[in-house]
Amino acid sequence: MADASTLLVLWPVLIPIATAALTALLWSSPVAQRRVGLASLALLLVASLALTMEVMHEGVIAKQFGAWDAPFGISFVADPLSAAMIAISGILAFAVGIFALGDIKERHERAGFHPLFHGLMAGVNGAFLTGDIFNLYVWFEVMLITTLGLLVVQRGKAQIDGALKYAAMNLFGTILFLIAVALLYGATGTLNMADLARILPQMEMSPGLTASALLFLAAFGIKAGVFPLFFWLPASYHTAPIAIAALFAGLLTKVGVYAAFRVFTLMFEMEGGALREIVAVVAAMTMITGVFGAAVQWNVRRILSFHIISQIGYMLMGLAIATPVAIAGAVFYIVHHIIVKANLFLLAGAIKHAAGTDDLRKAGGLLRSHPWLAVLFLIPALSLAGLPPLSGFWAKFLVIDASLREEVWWLAAVALAVGALTLFSMSKIWMEAFWKKPALVRATPRTVPVAFVVPIALLGAVTLTIGLFADPFVEYARTATAVLVDPTDYIAAVFPGDAPVRTVETEVPVIAIEGAVE
Amino acid sequence: MRSLILSSVARIFFAIMLAGSVWVLLRGHNEPGGGFIGGLVGAAGFATLALAAGVEAARRTLVLHPVVVMGLGLFLAFVSGIPGILTDASFLTHQWGTLAGVKLSTTIVFDVGVYLVVVGGVLSFMFRLYAEDAR
Amino acid sequence: MTLIYALAIAAYVGCGLYMMLSRHAVRMILGLTLLTNGAIFLIFLSGRVGTTTPPVIPQGAEALAADAANALPQALVLTAIVIGFALTSFAVALVLEAHRSLGTLDVREMRDAERLGAPDPSPATSVKTHG
Repeated sequence: MADASTLLVLWPVLIPIATAALTALLWSSPVAQRRVGLASLALLLVASLALTMEVMHEGVIAKQFGAWDAPFGISFVADPLSAAMIAISGILAFAVGIFALGDIKERHERAGFHPLFHGLMAGVNGAFLTGDIFNLYVWFEVMLITTLGLLVVQRGKAQIDGALKYAAMNLFGTILFLIAVALLYGATGTLNMADLARILPQMEMSPGLTASALLFLAAFGIKAGVFPLFFWLPASYHTAPIAIAALFAGLLTKVGVYAAFRVFTLMFEMEGGALREIVAVVAAMTMITGVFGAAVQWNVRRILSFHIISQIGYMLMGLAIATPVAIAGAVFYIVHHIIVKANLFLLAGAIKHAAGTDDLRKAGGLLRSHPWLAVLFLIPALSLAGLPPLSGFWAKFLVIDASLREEVWWLAAVALAVGALTLFSMSKIWMEAFWKKPALVRATPRTVPVAFVVPIALLGAVTLTIGLFADPFVEYARTATAVLVDPTDYIAAVFPGDAPVRTVETEVPVIAIEGAVE
Repeated sequence: MRSLILSSVARIFFAIMLAGSVWVLLRGHNEPGGGFIGGLVGAAGFATLALAAGVEAARRTLVLHPVVVMGLGLFLAFVSGIPGILTDASFLTHQWGTLAGVKLSTTIVFDVGVYLVVVGGVLSFMFRLYAEDAR
Repeated sequence: MTLIYALAIAAYVGCGLYMMLSRHAVRMILGLTLLTNGAIFLIFLSGRVGTTTPPVIPQGAEALAADAANALPQALVLTAIVIGFALTSFAVALVLEAHRSLGTLDVREMRDAERLGAPDPSPATSVKTHG
C-alpha cells in the first residue's frame, strides 16, 4: 500500500477501542483483562511514538474514514500539536496502567475499570486527532461517559456525590458545545475543521458566529476547569482511586485546553480584541483562584486538584497573548504539565500508602523512612513550581517572556506571583509529609510497591529529560505553533487535490457520513 | 409488580419483539431501520421480560452479561472496519460482494455490532434500574 | 416559519436553563434533557428548513436532485439524540444511586465529597437547613 504510513493516524484510536471491546468480552476474568490491558497500553505507546516520529519527518498527516473525501467524510488529522498530545497521553496511559496494577483492586475491576479506562483513552486520542468539529463533540461525549463510569468504580457515598457534581456541570458544557456547533454549521455549512479554516477567514463576524465562538469558549472552559467554571473539579477529582485521578488530572482538562487552541487558532482569530481581553482576565483569575484554593487545603489530593486549575491559567495565558512565541510556550506548557501533574497524583498515592493517610497534618517523617520517595517527589514538585533546570521553568519562562514582549505586564506579574505561591504549596507538602516528625512513629515503615515506584520514576525521568534537554522540545513546540498559526499545511493535508473553496450559497452536500449510528 | 396477564403474555411478547428487532435490523440494509433502532426494540423485549418475570429471569435468558454483549458488538463493529484497511488503507471502507447469489457486505457486520452494543448498553442500565426498584 | 421555530427553541432552552437552576437532582436531569432537545432542534434549523425532497439518489440517476434536502442535519441530530439518550440514562442511574446511598436528592445536602479530606474535618460543617 502506498499510503500505509497514514494508517498510523488511526491506531491511537483503534487500539483502545479494540481493547475496550476485548476487556468487556473478558468480563468474568479480571486477571485476563489486566493482561490484555497492559499489553494494549504497551502497543498504544509504540503506536503513539511511531505516529509522532512520522509527523516529525513527514509533516501533517490526514486520513479520511471510509475513504470519503473531505469535507464529506470524517477526517483524522495529525499535525505536530496533536501528535505531541498523542505521544504524551500514550506515555501517561502506560505509566498509569502500571500504577493501576498496585492501586486498582479487584472490586474496581469487577465494576468495569479496564473497559472504561481504554474507552477513555479512545475518547482522548480521538479528540486529539479528529479534524471534524462534530466528531470532536462525539469524542467529548465518549470521554464524559467513561469518566463518569470511572468516577464510580469505587461505590462510596463521596464518589457518587462527586460524580453527580461532575456530571451536572460537564453535561451542561457539552450541550453548550453542541449549540455552538449548530450555530457554526448554520453560518458556514460545513463542520470539517480544515474546511472551516478556509471559509471562516473570508466571512464577516456575524452575531451567530460571535455567539458560536463564545459558546465554544464556555464549553471548553468548563472542560478545562477555568475560572469561574471550575467548581466541578475540586468537588470530584479527590474522590476517585488515585490511578484514575492521575489519569483525569493529566489528560481531561488538557483536552479542553487543546480543543480551545485548535478552535481559536485554526478557525476563529484571537486578534478580535474583546475575546483576547476576556481570555486574559479568565487566565489571570484561574491562576489566582486555583492557587489560593490550594493554600487552605490539607489533603494532598485536594491541594493537587486546585493546582490543576491554577496551571490551566498559564496555558490560557498563551492563548490570550496569541503571538507565535506565546502559543509555542503554551504548547510546551501543556506537554510538560500533563506529565508533571499526573506524576504528582501518583506520588500522592505513594505518600498515602507510605504514611497511611493523605491528610498532611497526620502524615510526616517520610524523608527518614522513604528517602528515595522524597527525591522522586522533588522532581515534579519543583518542576510544577517552575524552578530551573526542570521542565516547568522553561514552560513558565516561555509564557511569561511572551507576555513581557507584548508588554502585558500585569499578566506576567500575576503569573510570577502565582508561581511563588505554587512553591509555597509544594513546600507545604514537603515540610508536612516528608520533613516533619510524624505524630506516631511506626516500628517498620510501610514499603511502597514496585508498581508505584516504576511509573513515578518513569514520569520523573521524562520531566528531567524535557528540563535538561529543553532545546529540541522548544523547537518542536515552535514547529507545532507554525502549523497552528498558518494552517496552510493542515488544509493541504486534508484536501490533497486542493478543492476550490465552496461558498455558502452554492453548497449542497451530496452525501453525508457523520457519526457511527444510522 | 405482579400481574397474571402480564406474566403470562410476557414470554410471547418477548419472542415477538426479539424477532421484530432482528427484522428491523435486517430491513435497515435498504430501507428505514437498522442496528440502533433494532437494538432498542430488542432491549425493550428483554425489559418486558424483566418487568414480568424479574431481572434474574431476564439475565438468564440473555445468557451473557450485558457488558459482554456490548463488548461483542463493539468488537464486531471494529472487525467490520478491518477489510477497508486491507483494500485501500482506510478504516471502515465497506466492502460489497456476492456469494452464491446472496449479497454480502461488511456493513451488515457493523450493523449487527451496533445492534449488540445497543442491546448490551441499554440492558446494563435497565437491569440495574429494575433491580434497584425491587429493593 | 423560521421565527416560530426559533421561538420554540428559545422556549425549550429557557425552560431547560430554569430547571437546571433547581436544587433538586431530578429537575436538573429534566432540565438537561430539555436543553439537549433545544440544541437538537437548533441543529435541525441550521440545516435550513425548506424542501421536502428526500436526499436519496433515485434508481438509475447519477446525482442528487438539485432541490434535495440537506442530508447532514438528520445524521447530526440522530447522533446527538443517541448520545443524549445514553447520558440521560447514565444520569438517571447515578441519581437513583445517590438517592439510595445518600438518602437525598437535594444537592444542598449532598456534601459527602466535600467532607472527604476537608480542611476542617468536623462534621458540623454539613449544613442542614431544614428538618
